[in-house]
Amino acid sequence: MTPDPAKDPAQEPAQDGARRLAHAPALDVDPLLDDPDTRIVVCCGSGGVGKTTTAAALGLRAAERGRKVVVLTIDPARRLAQSMGIDSLDNVPRKVKGTEGTGELHAMMLDMKRTFDEVVEAHADADRAAAILANPFYQSLSAGFAGTQEYMAMEKLGQLRARDEWDLIVVDTPPSRSALDFLDAPKRLGSFLDGRLIRLLTAPAKLGGRAGMAFLNVGMSMMTGTLGKLLGGQLLKDVQTFVSAMDTTFGGFRTRADATYKLLQAPGTAFLVVAAPERDALREAAYFVERLAAEDMPLVGLVLNRVHGSGADRLSAERALAAAENLEEPRIVDQGGGKAGLRNSPDTYGSSESPAPVPSESRPDESPSSGPADMTTATTSDMTDESPSPESPDRTVDQLTAGLLRLHAERMRLLSREQRTRDRFTARHPEVAVVEVAALPGDVHDLAGLRDIGDRLAAGRPELP
Amino acid sequence: MSGGLVSLEDVSRLQVVSGKGGTGKTTVAAALALALATEGKRTLLVEVEGRQGIAQLFETEALPYEERKIAVAPGGGEVYALAIDPELALLDYLQMFYKLGGAGRALKKLGAIDFATTVAPGLRDVLLTGKACEAVRRKDKAGRFVYDYVVMDAPPTGRITRFLNVNDEVAGLAKIGPIHNQAQAVMRVLKSEQTAVHLVTLLEEMPVQETADGIAELRAARLPVGRVIVNMVRPEVLDATDLELVRTVPRTAVAQALSAAGLGGARRGGKAEQLVDPLLAQAAEYAERYALEHEQRAVLAELDLERHELPLLAEGMDLAGLYELATELRKQGMS
Repeated sequence: MTPDPAKDPAQEPAQDGARRLAHAPALDVDPLLDDPDTRIVVCCGSGGVGKTTTAAALGLRAAERGRKVVVLTIDPARRLAQSMGIDSLDNVPRKVKGTEGTGELHAMMLDMKRTFDEVVEAHADADRAAAILANPFYQSLSAGFAGTQEYMAMEKLGQLRARDEWDLIVVDTPPSRSALDFLDAPKRLGSFLDGRLIRLLTAPAKLGGRAGMAFLNVGMSMMTGTLGKLLGGQLLKDVQTFVSAMDTTFGGFRTRADATYKLLQAPGTAFLVVAAPERDALREAAYFVERLAAEDMPLVGLVLNRVHGSGADRLSAERALAAAENLEEPRIVDQGGGKAGLRNSPDTYGSSESPAPVPSESRPDESPSSGPADMTTATTSDMTDESPSPESPDRTVDQLTAGLLRLHAERMRLLSREQRTRDRFTARHPEVAVVEVAALPGDVHDLAGLRDIGDRLAAGRPELP
Repeated sequence: MSGGLVSLEDVSRLQVVSGKGGTGKTTVAAALALALATEGKRTLLVEVEGRQGIAQLFETEALPYEERKIAVAPGGGEVYALAIDPELALLDYLQMFYKLGGAGRALKKLGAIDFATTVAPGLRDVLLTGKACEAVRRKDKAGRFVYDYVVMDAPPTGRITRFLNVNDEVAGLAKIGPIHNQAQAVMRVLKSEQTAVHLVTLLEEMPVQETADGIAELRAARLPVGRVIVNMVRPEVLDATDLELVRTVPRTAVAQALSAAGLGGARRGGKAEQLVDPLLAQAAEYAERYALEHEQRAVLAELDLERHELPLLAEGMDLAGLYELATELRKQGMS
């Protein structure tokens, strides 16, 4: 977790100061959302890190701060979709009811097939559109083979932006096999549909007639022959029909893809990489950060979801475990005098918590050596067997307290693991601003929950505990 | 959960592991491959999404498109791994059927390979599943199976049915030709007893819901559903009785117990006393999660499938942890 250094600098354990070599700049969400120049926010990251929830929470917050917002989600959890009233798939933004303030929140769930159909319908005359929509190759392509979802998400974004009805568009990205697919898909599909191969497939005669193209022509006929053999003549014919229909109606697939790509690079766009403090998610996030930089895409920061904290973070895992063991020992000699003795020790945790600055690779939690390690590690049930109930109420409170301490030890280990993972990311990308969002015990599925997440996003620090 | 070892004849030879993103399906697939390899067996762990997750897990360099030994299992077994690259798989395939030679490169140059593996309907998926099925069926000169088991780290739950069933679609789309035949042959393996599709989940609402949906889809497509593997299960630190007590226990009693354990003064403002609120708050959070997990277990129980639970590893996932999980799977009779 992140003990707030500003809060109590004197008590900041030395270990922590040493560990946090690089302090990532803090990402301030509100100015980003409030800035009228921010027109598009893209949330990207690997699957299962809370991308959709983050996008929805940002959208709600921006709306409640006065902007007119539309959130484009790709595959929201059912109850989240229901809470925003977008569980019916009609591929148009719907106003979300129950928001506060003067702004508006609209939300929609992407229907990729319908988006594709609409592109076709918008650009072809009725007959030709009908022919394309009925083409078996088109039907497979639009129903969601690799790349289509990514492409259609970007297409929809382009459409929403072109309508210029909203101050801000927040986009969730598809759960791609790799986080990068949505950047590549438009280019790939665009270049395919507009590319050399297609021209070869669709207009062999034209090409063959040109001087100097004889060589290509040989390659081409061999290739169409091979593809024909491979896919079966029928499919190849479907492809050819499809492509020529598409091509003659609106050749510029490439142009559309390029326009979307440029839109993403434009100054009004802000990319947020979403991750959880886990190794895989942060590795993917680092990769994404690098890729966005390479593509000149404007990254504004990292949203780190599900960060854990503790209000008792000055009590280390080791000490908590030692104390728990202490409590689970049958009390024979510790009464009275034990307490007095303890009260005399001026600082029973603070100082002993961090024996020395610990290198981040080492795992201080592993050896409970600071505790009374030589004592027998009798389990709770063993002890109840031995001493049924000499002092029943105390015994139970002791057991409960031992449980609370063990729970705390587990929490502290989790914190230090998260911190290590996070530090590794910060070391690699010290320039990336980070905002942390505290873990919630359950899932979010209503506006109040989203509002809460929004508050946490803006506060930038996990709430305690 | 079943106890004891299931006899090996009962275990399908192609084990497909899917799960919602973030549930650790790659980890579970790798642990399963290790578990199945114990006692001198040989397994092939197949990756189809080009993420190099297996290499990272086994702490080796990126896997080439080549079957390569990456781990030794207890008892002399071996785990091989293969990251299937659809482009190379297609070239392989063309080579096999058409002896293309240099023409393959020409195809690549023209973008035909890119086309075929990126946008041609389902061809990519056919190649991926086709390669895995080929490994399942492959025999050595003596007529023995080269791999006792093939474990596939498959696409996530939301796409798994389409991914596995794509061959059916392709077989319908490409009505003749080798792709059609290939698709049909692959479907025969995938829909048989030789295959089991496992779903990895966490004890959280969304992954559990997605698991239930995924199973319904798999069943509707007549694909063989295997087991549910609940991953990253947190230890039960407080039980129901404790949690009951948390709500009623006097703060002072807890403060005194903390003090007795050596954590400072129990008086108001004392160090032990200051711990009470945060510790109780953590317990309340735990209680909420405990109740949610309880609900999710009930939802999973309704699926009527064998269920396994793997513990959350306190120190995060590493190679040692992988062996630990493999042992756990074996103990629970998953292999």
